[in-house]
Amino acid sequence: MLDTLIAGLLRGNIYALGAVGISLVFGVMNVVNFAQFSFFGLGAMLAWFGIVKLGLPFWLALPLVLVMCAGFGLLTNVAVVRPLAKYLPLAAMLSTFAVSQILDNASQVAFGANFRAFPKVLPTSNFRVGNLAFGTSDLVMLGITIVVMVTMSLFLKYGRIGRAIRATSQDQEAALQVGIPVAGVQHVSFVIASALGGLAGVFIALYVGVANPSSGLETGLVAFVAATLGGLGSLVGAVIGGFVLGVLEAFGIHFFGDTAREIIVFAVLIIVLIVRPGGLLGRVPLISSEPLTGTFLGRGRPFRIPKWVWPIALVIAAVVVPLVGGDYVLTTGTQVLIYATIGAGFTLTAGQAGVLALGQAGPIAIGAYSSALLTTVVHLPFWVALPVSGLIAAIIASILSSPIWGVKGHYISIATLGVGTVIVAVIQLVFPQGIYGIPFPDWFGTPLTSPLAYYLIDLGVLVITLVVMWRIRRSHLGKVIASVGSDETAAVASGVRARDYKALAFAVSAFFAGVGGSLLAHQYTYIDPTIFTTLMSLLVVTIVIMGGVNLPYGAVLGSIVLIGAMELLRFTPELRIIVYGLVLILVVRFRPGGLLVRNS
Amino acid sequence: MSENTAAGAPASGETSVEVDAATAATSDALLSVEGLERHFDGVRAVDGVSFTVAPHEVVSIIGPNGSGKTTTLNLVSGALRAGAGTISLEGRRIDHADPARIAEEGVARTFQNGRVFATLSVRDNVEVGLHSTLTASRPFRRLSRLFLLRWIPLLGELFIAIIGTPASRREQKQIDARVESEVQRFEARLGPRRDDPAYSLSYANRRRTEIARALALQPKLLLLDEPTAGMNQSETAEVLEQLLQLKADGQAILLVEHKLDLVMTVSDRVIVMDGGRIIAEGAPQTVRHDPAVIEAYLGRRRGLGGATDDVVASAAPADETPAATTGDAATGEDEA
Repeated sequence: MLDTLIAGLLRGNIYALGAVGISLVFGVMNVVNFAQFSFFGLGAMLAWFGIVKLGLPFWLALPLVLVMCAGFGLLTNVAVVRPLAKYLPLAAMLSTFAVSQILDNASQVAFGANFRAFPKVLPTSNFRVGNLAFGTSDLVMLGITIVVMVTMSLFLKYGRIGRAIRATSQDQEAALQVGIPVAGVQHVSFVIASALGGLAGVFIALYVGVANPSSGLETGLVAFVAATLGGLGSLVGAVIGGFVLGVLEAFGIHFFGDTAREIIVFAVLIIVLIVRPGGLLGRVPLISSEPLTGTFLGRGRPFRIPKWVWPIALVIAAVVVPLVGGDYVLTTGTQVLIYATIGAGFTLTAGQAGVLALGQAGPIAIGAYSSALLTTVVHLPFWVALPVSGLIAAIIASILSSPIWGVKGHYISIATLGVGTVIVAVIQLVFPQGIYGIPFPDWFGTPLTSPLAYYLIDLGVLVITLVVMWRIRRSHLGKVIASVGSDETAAVASGVRARDYKALAFAVSAFFAGVGGSLLAHQYTYIDPTIFTTLMSLLVVTIVIMGGVNLPYGAVLGSIVLIGAMELLRFTPELRIIVYGLVLILVVRFRPGGLLVRNS
Repeated sequence: MSENTAAGAPASGETSVEVDAATAATSDALLSVEGLERHFDGVRAVDGVSFTVAPHEVVSIIGPNGSGKTTTLNLVSGALRAGAGTISLEGRRIDHADPARIAEEGVARTFQNGRVFATLSVRDNVEVGLHSTLTASRPFRRLSRLFLLRWIPLLGELFIAIIGTPASRREQKQIDARVESEVQRFEARLGPRRDDPAYSLSYANRRRTEIARALALQPKLLLLDEPTAGMNQSETAEVLEQLLQLKADGQAILLVEHKLDLVMTVSDRVIVMDGGRIIAEGAPQTVRHDPAVIEAYLGRRRGLGGATDDVVASAAPADETPAATTGDAATGEDEA
């Protein structure tokens, strides 16, 4: 029991370090910094490289790693985040995600994707209290964390820059007015956060004994949850959140096994957000601030698309591509169409209702598994299973997310991330093996196995999706949902039950996500939980943002760019993701509202 | 309340008439507020406020910044929950209803700094205001307050949106016509911009859009929170004209406003608040001469009350400037 607690504290220690960095940056920039996640992996790999390859002593490698991570952090902020944050916090958040992709994959190119054994630089079990074993390594980690935390809190309370950081995080505009160099403060925060991330990364490697470039996302997500749990922007909250999660996670693994880990982490998050929508130490204003003159940034008008474009696009998609393209193009095209369907449905939630849900992999997975089970176990035909799995996805996702619609701001995105992750984790618990032999669709007994047939089915589904989305947008309902996304307080004062309309928008999006999942399952004929990752959720988000978050047809363009064009780089997977990151950054920089939206 | 009024009233025949009218109005009042309280972390923003608004009456709340005016409005509209006290609309309690329900009951409002739906066009902004008056586009809407069953009207609305019924198509035509008539209220200003997104509008036009949206609700009671804040003299005069027009149409209004000229012209009755309490209440001219009011606006009176009339009037613009610039962004509450 006690050893579980100790294990929890050690893990919590790592999460706390990461969470403090995330919370710090969120405080001064109002941006959720996904790049922070990469520093966990990067810190571990750099330390491994320094110790094993260069033969540096640990005490020299550690500060070197911190300095390098701090440098990368500064570079990230100077080159990407700060220039973009002024357009739209959302854009900046996406760009940090792009940076994290670039860093992860650059690190993979540099160090290789393998798990590396991390050297035992310090003894791990040279002490014993009762039957409890621990080592110098553990004591050093806890000691360093305590020193860092105490230094940080003194620095923030009494230091000149520390006070500037606190002032900036309370009110950026006011800080600027009284002469605080906000840009410098943000740079410093990024440097501190990145160094803390690197430190946490080294600790993970020390604790687990292995280092891996892509380990950042998993730890990063938990650290992120810890920061949210404590209340984004609150550093004490981040520390508390980190330790609480570490301990709960350790006990969860102790009692329910490792598969329960994610479920526990996110279940805790969702419960806390429902009970305290601003996190444990955060505060949510009673009435959201009234938008003052000139605060509507990044809201361009969509380009007018001439009517004749639509039939031409349809002819190209339905006739030219099938005639000209071979099986390879058609298979890629199928992926493009499926993601366009998911994305077009998602614009109702992300664009109209203003909820940037980060967990669409959840309903996609429900749709895929429902369809797989309905066709393999119940032996329903594909044509019935397709809409039914959409319905099942909509119903289950709606039930699971029903408590979160009162949560506001960034927190609702994180709550949806939690719901999505929990869905996939539960599926993994129930079907750890995956499902084989999902049948192809058939047409009156003839199986449609050719890529062409499948392409045309998906095209049909996409066209129906676009028509439905177009009808909703034009209707009174569409305007009401958009009013909720635009200003919830004013919508409620106009008699609009905002929560209900957010839930409805999400249900519609989940339906199309489920349909997309079903299509994916029948194309792959094999599914397992590793397909439905957080990366998939983020891909859906980037697809709609790339085209214009409010435009269903924008999702088609986003899907063509992000799925289709990226397919060209399939031969070099690492480079592909780096290019993906760069494309994303460039789009956000030059078209902050999306490719199809005129800059305002 | 009546004690306050009596104590603060100068010797004038008007006062007793006003008090009687107010007492008489309680029985068939449109809005009746009784012992309303709301505290923020120990600050008594609203501290035992009682007043009524009769049908077709225009009542203004004035008072220094931080006196509890906006909080009172937020409590009546349901944006904030009251700590104690009752709020009734036509005799029915609304103090525990959610803001959407209160809007459905016929209370529409505008906000201190103007909240429009930035990405929607002017016409769509107004159309959202019509939401609570629709029937064919919102089938089974009576279920929309019930747990789980609310999905029936929601899915009904989805069906109407995607497929539609003959009745909903007819209603859509009516919606368009009514939106048009609300926009025409501000035809000279909003007319040319009816299809522009609200974020591209000038500040004054956003306020106009907001008022049009509130009126689209066909409210029994219209709550206006500083409708002229940040407007220049000619724009203020324009708003005054529109308010007088609304008053002539019999619209009941509860108005929070700093510009005393406007308040004095448009109001049937004026309520003066300070420190979360009502310190005076009565006809505009009576309140204007009330020593308690003068003290609240200017501090303690030293000389004789000869020039108070001008003093109060000139105090107002000086007081209004900070309101326009410092509206507390964190909570939307100047009291907090």
